[in-house]
Amino acid sequence: MFRSHVLVCGGTGCHSNNSAKILEEFNAQIKANNLEEDVMTVQTGCFGLCAVGPVVIVYPEGAFYCKITVEDVKEIVEEHLVKGRIVERLLHKDDHETADHKVSALSETNFYKKQTRVALRNCGVIDPENIDEYIAYDGYQALIKVLTSMSPQEVIDVVLKSGLRGRGGAGFPTGRKWQFTKDAVGDVKYVCCNADEGDPGAFMDRSILEGDPHAVIEAMTIAAYAVGSNQGYVYVRAEYPIAVHRLQVAIKQANEYGLLGDNILGTGFKFNLEVRLGAGAFVCGEETALMTSIEGKRGEPRPRPPFPANKGLFGKPTLLNNVETYANICQIILKGADWFASMGTEKSKGTKVFALGGKIVNTGLVEIPMGTTLRTVIEDIGGGIPNGKKFKAAQTGGPSGGCIPAEHLDTPIDYDNLVAIGSMMGSGGLIVMDEDNCMVDIAKFFLEFTVDESCGKCTPCRIGNKRLLELLTKVTDGTATLEDLDKMEKLCHYIKANSLCGLGQTAPNPVLATLRYFRDEYIAHVVDKTCPAGVCKKLLNFKIDKDKCIGCGMCARNCPASAIVRTDYIAPSHKLASFAIDKEKCVKCGACLQNCKFGAISKG
Amino acid sequence: MKSIADIKAIREKMQSEIIMRDNKDVEEIRVVVGMATCGISAGARPVYNALVEEVLKRNLKNVKIARTGCLGMCKLEPIVEVYVPNQEKVTYCHVTPEKAVNIVVNHLVNGKVCTEYLVGSEE
Repeated sequence: MFRSHVLVCGGTGCHSNNSAKILEEFNAQIKANNLEEDVMTVQTGCFGLCAVGPVVIVYPEGAFYCKITVEDVKEIVEEHLVKGRIVERLLHKDDHETADHKVSALSETNFYKKQTRVALRNCGVIDPENIDEYIAYDGYQALIKVLTSMSPQEVIDVVLKSGLRGRGGAGFPTGRKWQFTKDAVGDVKYVCCNADEGDPGAFMDRSILEGDPHAVIEAMTIAAYAVGSNQGYVYVRAEYPIAVHRLQVAIKQANEYGLLGDNILGTGFKFNLEVRLGAGAFVCGEETALMTSIEGKRGEPRPRPPFPANKGLFGKPTLLNNVETYANICQIILKGADWFASMGTEKSKGTKVFALGGKIVNTGLVEIPMGTTLRTVIEDIGGGIPNGKKFKAAQTGGPSGGCIPAEHLDTPIDYDNLVAIGSMMGSGGLIVMDEDNCMVDIAKFFLEFTVDESCGKCTPCRIGNKRLLELLTKVTDGTATLEDLDKMEKLCHYIKANSLCGLGQTAPNPVLATLRYFRDEYIAHVVDKTCPAGVCKKLLNFKIDKDKCIGCGMCARNCPASAIVRTDYIAPSHKLASFAIDKEKCVKCGACLQNCKFGAISKG
Repeated sequence: MKSIADIKAIREKMQSEIIMRDNKDVEEIRVVVGMATCGISAGARPVYNALVEEVLKRNLKNVKIARTGCLGMCKLEPIVEVYVPNQEKVTYCHVTPEKAVNIVVNHLVNGKVCTEYLVGSEE
């Protein structure tokens, strides 16, 4: 029996920070100290606090080590595992300012205190490649309960009653989707999982597949039983190699244990699950395009109705849910619909996973009950904005969503509230922006993304978004007029109303939302020809303040375009020389600003 | 292929192994073993292992076992301290793996302090 467990995060964030080597080193050091029989090492999924990765947790103490390097491993093994002394200098510190060294158990950190982990319950706790550990944490108990004691209709009733809504973004009631698919007439039905997470900055589904793949497999099997299907597909993008690998390992183990296959647990129920890899087109996250892609065709959407529940994959009734939606199912079956419905707001039940990114201290993955305010997520859990900057807006829903300004920070997060303030839940990407971000530039970034990713099938999306981007570019170049802003707004509504699929229907949202809340920034670009945040290069002007300049010449030496020239050689007594910026040559890189030690260079 | 009973058996077997990773906020009993050089050379490691094994075997979810450094009374090592919430700390000395098992059974499970191993009885 092991007396210590060493958990090393193997999520993508920590993995790219060398966590595989760290695990290797742990195994080597443990061997060198003859502790193989005392200490167990486990590679887990994402712990969530990606900002301080690579992360290692040592139980039973629950010591939470962060930013570990391969060189630190020897010390942890020799001090902690051999001598039992926690290596304080490597422990996580909640407050970097006071650097209070203490054992911060994971659950004690500010980051975790306000979270409720349902979909992420096993992420960072179990070894995702070991089915036995999943079983230990009540894994496949829901499947056993369903197959031995519930009828398909009873299963659907529980999901309906729980109030679970689709976590992919649109928020359609999951139970109703299941009911439609069950009631649809068809000899063959399919159950699919949408793991084609494409929003820039979103990694919720990826982390669930990497940290707890069996939860998705089990839930899909339950869904198959409920709707009467024997074949399932997980559509996951090939850009998620770790998720794909762990999912495949999990499917293989489930097949070996008879938890998938022709006679599941000897009950006679048959369900086979396969993985289909997507090439990374954003439009394939749209349900009809996703199914066309699984069929082996070019991933293009088609008009609805017919909805997939009636005519989906290969023309058969198909149930399609998102990864996070599935990750909630087993807990709902085990703990009951009332338990799930007790969390959240009136119309949005349960919890939601968000991927925190952008200008925030604790970049990472969080799961909060619906109804938590954005302020709690950003300030308490996320640790606020770094470098003492001021919050400007939060972007939710990726390229389909909008931004939320500071005045709405106290809005409880749920599907309907976010729509009411001009954004949307989306799949859960949450990008925080501070005063250094230009909102016009942000809108342009997202629109560039959707223009690239538009499949081109329908005209409003293909051409409309392109024209919209051209108008936005005019704004950032300082050549737009106020009429152009009105034209943009009109075009946005036109694209929304006439596009074929969700991609086009939501693509103008970032533009609309920024026009709504940050119109003054647009007007500054158009009328005053300035970018208040100092981002849009064509509108930037760097200036040297003659009074502050001491004439050291650092700016001129660091200018890559040789745009700063010395103008006079007869210096005033305290100056060596004076300098000026040649506007024709200036590429607006900002190198002079960074290198001036006297604050003499300003932009605006 | 596994049957439902097999899955149940795996679950029970594995649960006793991973119980260590539960870090819930329950009223917990802390058992601390002195494991500095003095403790280790006096045989604290087998004591620690015996404690862990016995606690896992008995599925005591509210007991947390931790290692600590030198407690200052090196000649009395191996030392085991038990912290029960709202009670005075209890310090055992010259603990052996056998005594450790008795401490788990009598003190942690039944709430009876093993007076014969107490630090006071040595002095």
